[in-house]
Amino acid sequence: MTVLEHTGYRPAPPPGWQPRTDPAPLLPEPEPYRLLGTGAEPATPGLWRELYRRLVLGRRYNEQATALTRQGRLAVYPSSAGQEACQTAAALALRPDDWLFPSYRDTLAVVARGVDPVQALSLLRGDRHSGYDPHRHRVAPLCTPLATQLPHAVGLAHAARLCGDEVAALALVGDGGTSEGDFHEALNFAAVWQAPVVFLVQNNGFAISVPLAKQTAAPSIAHKAVGYGMPGRLVDGNDAPAVHQVLTEALDRARSGGGPALIEALTYRLDAHTNADDASRYRDEEEVAAWRGHDPLRLLEEELRRRGELTDELVAEARTAAESFAAGLRERMHADPRPDAASLFDHVYAEPTAQLRAQHSRLRAELAAEAEAASAPGGGTGPGRDAA
Amino acid sequence: MTAAPASRTSPDAPAPAGTRPVTMAQALNRALRDALAADPAVHILGEDVGTLGGVFRITDGLAAEFGDRRCTDTPLAEAGILGTAVGMAMYGLRPVVEMQFDAFAYPAFEQLVSHVSRMRNRTSGALPLPLTVRIPYGGGIGGVEHHSDSSEAYYMATPGLHVVTPATVADAYGLLRRAIASDDPVVFLEPKRLYWSKAPLDLDQPPAALPFGRAAVPRTGTSATLITYGPSLPVCLEAAEAARATEGWELEVIDLRTLVPFDDDTVCDSVRRTGRAVVVHEATGFAGPGAEIAARVTEGCFHYLQAPVLRVTGFDIPYPPPMLEGHHLPGVDRILDAVARLQWEADWIPGTEGRPHA
Repeated sequence: MTVLEHTGYRPAPPPGWQPRTDPAPLLPEPEPYRLLGTGAEPATPGLWRELYRRLVLGRRYNEQATALTRQGRLAVYPSSAGQEACQTAAALALRPDDWLFPSYRDTLAVVARGVDPVQALSLLRGDRHSGYDPHRHRVAPLCTPLATQLPHAVGLAHAARLCGDEVAALALVGDGGTSEGDFHEALNFAAVWQAPVVFLVQNNGFAISVPLAKQTAAPSIAHKAVGYGMPGRLVDGNDAPAVHQVLTEALDRARSGGGPALIEALTYRLDAHTNADDASRYRDEEEVAAWRGHDPLRLLEEELRRRGELTDELVAEARTAAESFAAGLRERMHADPRPDAASLFDHVYAEPTAQLRAQHSRLRAELAAEAEAASAPGGGTGPGRDAA
Repeated sequence: MTAAPASRTSPDAPAPAGTRPVTMAQALNRALRDALAADPAVHILGEDVGTLGGVFRITDGLAAEFGDRRCTDTPLAEAGILGTAVGMAMYGLRPVVEMQFDAFAYPAFEQLVSHVSRMRNRTSGALPLPLTVRIPYGGGIGGVEHHSDSSEAYYMATPGLHVVTPATVADAYGLLRRAIASDDPVVFLEPKRLYWSKAPLDLDQPPAALPFGRAAVPRTGTSATLITYGPSLPVCLEAAEAARATEGWELEVIDLRTLVPFDDDTVCDSVRRTGRAVVVHEATGFAGPGAEIAARVTEGCFHYLQAPVLRVTGFDIPYPPPMLEGHHLPGVDRILDAVARLQWEADWIPGTEGRPHA
């Protein structure tokens, strides 16, 4: 008995007071949600074959991008090999008016959304910070500071709702990113505002080298949703149809005013953090091998085989499309990008300040002097001249 | 766009008909109200900005008039406030964010530096962020720790932001309207100890939005130039008055109004005429705004200078407890001391350079 109760004081509940929401409906399922191998049928005919074609392409894209780092054509590539189901299903679950908020490991999702892969890779190539028009495909720029894109997704979704538009935002983040303060603030704002936003955590087991056990003591990342008052769902992130279904449901719910959701997709980063990382320093090959047995592409292949849908025609068609995609990417990435130094001052402000105009003209003079030196007889060794 | 002439406001000017004494807080409130009325894209976000009207009452009455969808009390999380404002601006809205106090804006620093300032640049102009971050700043109100910081140097050092700070009632209105209309992000620093300063103004015929990058010259003079902004402007005007009375010096006073973009022309024109300059601000001196201003004046006016450019600033200490802040803040005497050291007899003594003495 509390002291107040002891005194017999029984305050009336304040106006508008409601009992706290029963947390039970918000809790994630005890086991990751799966469709493959359960006897479930595709939500729409042909959906799983379409996911298969896209997973084959996604895997080939990851291999090609990794190869481009070895050829010096990408400054760095954070591979999403093993996470193709999450990224592909994420892009497919979105409607044209929805927005995608990717992080730097999500170029496959960006490409699957329809963005030109060369433009999607600009950040990692290093010729510009963001190579695509965010409005064209409704894809925010790749975000590098972890979880800081999540409040942007909340704000955009909130704005869409204020404007009366049926638009949802899908924000991607990794397991490491869930430790950031921005993750907390974004989920809290989303729930308080009932913003039409879905958070997809690709839990790939590692934040570079740090395993999930050192990241959180929560029962699961999906459980964190309950604390914000939104539903959490746990899904097998390597089961592409399951991820697609869970995301589709959450996005539909968000669009129709049902509020945000947190989805944790259990997956695995088969490659190192980036081409510059050595994963053997922090994980065993046996663990990687075990996850290769739960490879998203392999799981879907087996299911389609069981169903008699993995025809030679489908396999050949998927492989040809992936090879053609990779060849096109390879060829275009072997052209030297020529970012224009004079463009450095173009988009700092809507109108450059007097100080920036002065700096711009100094740079133009330097460039002109270099060009003159390069074109002079016996020239070509001046500063700024490409040594190659 | 036609550039307006630098304004010369004088407290002695007769009040035109229709005007009445208005506080800076009221002028800011009216600017927000008029912006909300003029453009449905404008949305105000912050802690306590709704029902309460803000802890300084700058948003007083706005939620009642425009509804809580236009003037929204947010959860208490500054990174979340600014981060969601980014998303709202991406969707075409024009958020005006209130940070409750200067030091409470620091949790939003990453959003400001890593996204707000760079989104236009990152996306080659595809995603401009027309948002305003209002921050009450500066000391002199007896605030306990974390309530009196002058954080402008951090924002000035971040390309992509405009940094604006009014010092007069009329400028508060004109600059805030301009900030909200800007297609670039603006850090709008409100000198909180001037919130209750008054000047005659007709709020039903308010001043036009002021262009950025144009300093004001509220007092002309020939002896030396005091370069200042925000909360230090009234102190400099008082010092200039005292300098005339005691020494016969005619000090010109420049109110920068916008720190970014910086008005090199007005500042250098003045210093080339006077040959002497003192920069005055509350922020700490080391690597503070005055360091940049002194460097710019030296580069632009070297052959006209009769003395080194001096600075009168807050000490290089964490902002002191309120019972000691009077020793820290630039005051009239310290400004006059600095002016006195401007080599009037060309007897510069190394080692006594412009450090404020307690």
